[in-house]
Amino acid sequence: MKAYAKHPVGAHYGLAAWLLQRLTAVVMAAYTVFLLALLLWYPPASHADWKSLFSGAFVRLATMLFFLALLYHAWVGVRDIIMDYVKPTGLRLGLQALVGTALVFYLVWSVSILWGR
Amino acid sequence: MTTATKPRPKYYDLNLANLPAPGLASIVHRISGALLFLPAIPLLLYVMQSTLGSEAGWLHWKRFLSEPAVKVILLGFVWLYAHHFFAGIRYLLLDLHVGVAKASAQASAKLVFALGAVATLLIGWRLW
Repeated sequence: MKAYAKHPVGAHYGLAAWLLQRLTAVVMAAYTVFLLALLLWYPPASHADWKSLFSGAFVRLATMLFFLALLYHAWVGVRDIIMDYVKPTGLRLGLQALVGTALVFYLVWSVSILWGR
Repeated sequence: MTTATKPRPKYYDLNLANLPAPGLASIVHRISGALLFLPAIPLLLYVMQSTLGSEAGWLHWKRFLSEPAVKVILLGFVWLYAHHFFAGIRYLLLDLHVGVAKASAQASAKLVFALGAVATLLIGWRLW
């Protein structure tokens, strides 16, 4: 029976990442159009304008959602690139760990930018 | 099987300039994605922190971004984002089986390059 043991590789293993890559893309595309329109309608002329733009609850939450989508999207995309070109396992895992650490750091940083002032 | 299979055609032209439009859109989508990860994400976060953090930071970046050379670099990133954006939408449509045929896939890849350039020019025009 041991020969039939399931290994956590193969079909469906990447389905969640594949789907989330597309969902996060849609979130970012919507936010991009929204923010461009906002900046065209109310071009920030001063620091006070710029600050008040990101202090409203809606824009702040939408921006946080954008960053969440961006960082997950970047994880899947960069991991795909690493898996395609970096073959030695140690180097590959090292790079992935580095990228993951950076993305977690960026997540904390984006929260502190949006709320920590 | 009675008929012998024909040998598969081999085509190893790795010169990017000779790639058909969908291939070129694909590799530029990948390269732009990598550059948007590094250096664009940390740069974006740094500029946001600086400009939102203090009046001095806002004024510093406003002055810095008025330099023509800096504007050109910024427009480079705008183009990377715009291309990644439109090529990504093309992939979403392909996932939904829209425009999968060879002719439409080639046309849409060319459209992606055109839209990326137009979006960059429009934002450049607005910046100057």
